[in-house]
Amino acid sequence: MSTSETMSEAPILSLTGIVKTFPGVRALDGVELEVLAGEVHCLLGQNGAGKSTLIKVLAGVHRPDAGSMVWRGEEVSFNSPLAATKAGISTIYQELDLVDELTVAENIFLGHEQAAGGFIRRGQMRAGAKAVLDRLGHGDIPATRKVGKLPAAAKQIVSMGRALSHDAQLLVMDEPSAVLAHDEVANLFRVIRDLTSRGIAVIYITHRLEEIREIGDRVTVLKDGRTSAVNLPARSTGTDQLVSRMTGRTIEYIFPARTERAEAPAGPPLLEVVDLSRAGEFVDVSLTVRAGEIVGIAGLVGSGRSELLETIYGARPAQSGEVRLDGRRLPPGRVPAAVRSGLGLAPEERKSQALILEDPIYRNITLATFAHHARGGITRASLEQTVAAEIADDLALQPRGVRRPVKTLSGGNQQKVVLGRWLLDPAVEPGSGAARRRASRGTRLLLLDEPTRGVDVGARADLYRVIRRLADEGMGVLMVSSEVPEVLGLADRVLVMREGRVLREAPAAELDEETVLDLVMAGSLLEVDSP
Amino acid sequence: MTEPVDVADHRPAGPGPADRGWSFSQWFRADASEPVRRNLGLVIVLIVLYAIGAWSRPDIFLHADRLWSNELTVLTLASSIGVVAIGMTFVIISGGIDLSVGALLALASVWSTTVATQSYGAATMVLAALLVGTIAGVVNGTLIAYGRMAPFIATLAMMVAARGLAQKISGKTTQVVSVHAITDIAQRKVLGLPLLVVIFGVVAVLAWVLLNRTTFGRRSAAIGGNGEAARLAGINVRRTQVLIYALSGLCCGIAAIMVTAQANSGSSDHGNLYELQAIAAVIIGGTALAGGRGTIVGSVLGVLVFTQITNLFIVNNLAIEYQLIAQGVIIVAAVLVQQFRVSSLRRGPA
Repeated sequence: MSTSETMSEAPILSLTGIVKTFPGVRALDGVELEVLAGEVHCLLGQNGAGKSTLIKVLAGVHRPDAGSMVWRGEEVSFNSPLAATKAGISTIYQELDLVDELTVAENIFLGHEQAAGGFIRRGQMRAGAKAVLDRLGHGDIPATRKVGKLPAAAKQIVSMGRALSHDAQLLVMDEPSAVLAHDEVANLFRVIRDLTSRGIAVIYITHRLEEIREIGDRVTVLKDGRTSAVNLPARSTGTDQLVSRMTGRTIEYIFPARTERAEAPAGPPLLEVVDLSRAGEFVDVSLTVRAGEIVGIAGLVGSGRSELLETIYGARPAQSGEVRLDGRRLPPGRVPAAVRSGLGLAPEERKSQALILEDPIYRNITLATFAHHARGGITRASLEQTVAAEIADDLALQPRGVRRPVKTLSGGNQQKVVLGRWLLDPAVEPGSGAARRRASRGTRLLLLDEPTRGVDVGARADLYRVIRRLADEGMGVLMVSSEVPEVLGLADRVLVMREGRVLREAPAAELDEETVLDLVMAGSLLEVDSP
Repeated sequence: MTEPVDVADHRPAGPGPADRGWSFSQWFRADASEPVRRNLGLVIVLIVLYAIGAWSRPDIFLHADRLWSNELTVLTLASSIGVVAIGMTFVIISGGIDLSVGALLALASVWSTTVATQSYGAATMVLAALLVGTIAGVVNGTLIAYGRMAPFIATLAMMVAARGLAQKISGKTTQVVSVHAITDIAQRKVLGLPLLVVIFGVVAVLAWVLLNRTTFGRRSAAIGGNGEAARLAGINVRRTQVLIYALSGLCCGIAAIMVTAQANSGSSDHGNLYELQAIAAVIIGGTALAGGRGTIVGSVLGVLVFTQITNLFIVNNLAIEYQLIAQGVIIVAAVLVQQFRVSSLRRGPA
């Protein structure tokens, strides 16, 4: 590497005045970005600020309408992702583009297989993959293992390995920590530091401000398609200053106040889970949720928390134990029965599990109730639109209008659509002006799996308020989150799960972040190694 | 582009739900012209085909009465495959595929024309055909929904087995129909239109309502749009799948009666390659093979395009092999046009 004095000073990448418009939207409106070799440059911005579009411009997916892009001293314009990769810019998207059925080595060399005369040279690829993984400090990941069998953290490393195998000089990472547990993030940071010490630049996108402090060198903030701040020092810039650059707000998390209420009423709790088990997922879990109460489950990915929620909901059949709603037992493994009884689920993966992305907002809101709105099997689109619009207004869905495709919404608003689905009163009559459920019918217990994943700071506070208000109206809420402050801040009562068991149950006020993290993380090293 | 089924409701712009006012021009812009716009490619292809007709056989295509009778021939020719394609539209919108339709048609045709069945009269024959098709469809759907088989595999097995069963029942002989009420179906006219065409039209209208205005249609599209989301929203995905394949089988039963009436016989050779023609018609009609969105109008237009090509070759006395080549070209051309429209609209923000 030629590191003359002037070379190391000049940025490896600089963007000026990048503009990208789509029909009806100016996604990027004059973006500036300057990245130095060997730095971790953090990109910060709310959902919809243009981060995704900017990444795709860098990756050669989108071509900018205007502006210049100088890469290692040359003006460039990538007309395909391949061109960007060849030039040395590798992008690791949030949804890792790995092929589960292929081995680690095959994934690392996907698209540029080591071959002789059309025949794959397996041994050479294995050795090459091993070398790359060693470079990343992860020689422990077997090159011959199928990627689908690896934990999320290892998949991330494989993605980075692929980038390195392309001899990347710039690594763009889109929210790499979103699916990682605490110690896995620490490991990721170690790998990133190792890369930057060798002159590789990293553009790091995250919603977690504390990560920027830990790994970042400089920060560029995007807001509404423009750069609202460039090259802020990552460690010394105050949180309030960063947040205000993104939003104009000054507080990071606002949790609504808990509602004080009299002692629990007599009679059975709303939800009762007794000794619920599924082999390899969770063991003998018992819990209760009362009407008006938010119960939070803290635990790492792989602690069995998502599986537990899905089993309560009937999306997975329980192997033993039972689930009772209002004292009545729910048949195991029957989602329609659970929904009829008054359960609703906002699943972990919004896009793949909850939404029909091409469909309009209103049809996503009424997905669970359109049959109730129908008369004699004939659906009533105008009624559906009316009641969906009432829900949308109630949740302050932005932008207004329920006929646009749900995929045009930001993550936070998409999550509101999923919540809104369970707020409809299935027996609503047209023109009654009361689309919202009444306490006596419709969904009475909401299961929320990572309700704020991929949701920006401002929209989070909004969602928290909505969830708290639903509880105040009598809804029972059972939520799961890998962000401990979120569980502690939002829930009334907290269960801590590890390796499929509930370790501790206590009112949220009696727990602090350190205690919970201690419980959650002890023994997590074992978890990473188990398939 | 993004509109799945109930196309009119999916346009991002336009009056909001609060806007209850109704005007014809608005309705026409928003709703009525939608099938034309969505299927612009096919409409253009049809126009080109008429132009070729006018150029090659002006004696037919430029005389109103001869053109009318020629087009009635085209519609009659299209009617049985059209009914099958309409059933197929539901299957493909739900993200599945039904390879067994041609074989089911043959089986229903043979079953309804055995000496024994014919002895009970026309009503029993019709009932037999509808039942055989529907039951076979339920078997398809059950294998797929509850046996968790890939639709391609389950219906491939049904395709082979049903054709074999049809050959076994008929002894590979042609079973001549002696019940006049059945053969009458192919001769009779209603309001100047052949009864077969009327059946096709009625099936198409009912299917349109079923797809766009009923909970069943909504479930079918939701399953194709995102099966997991549909399941987690409490939709009974498996039961809906069984109903979808049963509907496809029922359409095969209806088509079996139509083909039997036209041929004046039941045969295990009826419906040969119908599965490929029906799938091709649905695909060029703009239904996404991945499921989630599609239209009945598109499928009907798709069938008409194919039949019109056949007709052009017949009236110009051209050999059948050219016709097959032309159909292949049309499939590619129509899909390219559709994709071009979709991609030009789809370049929105990620």
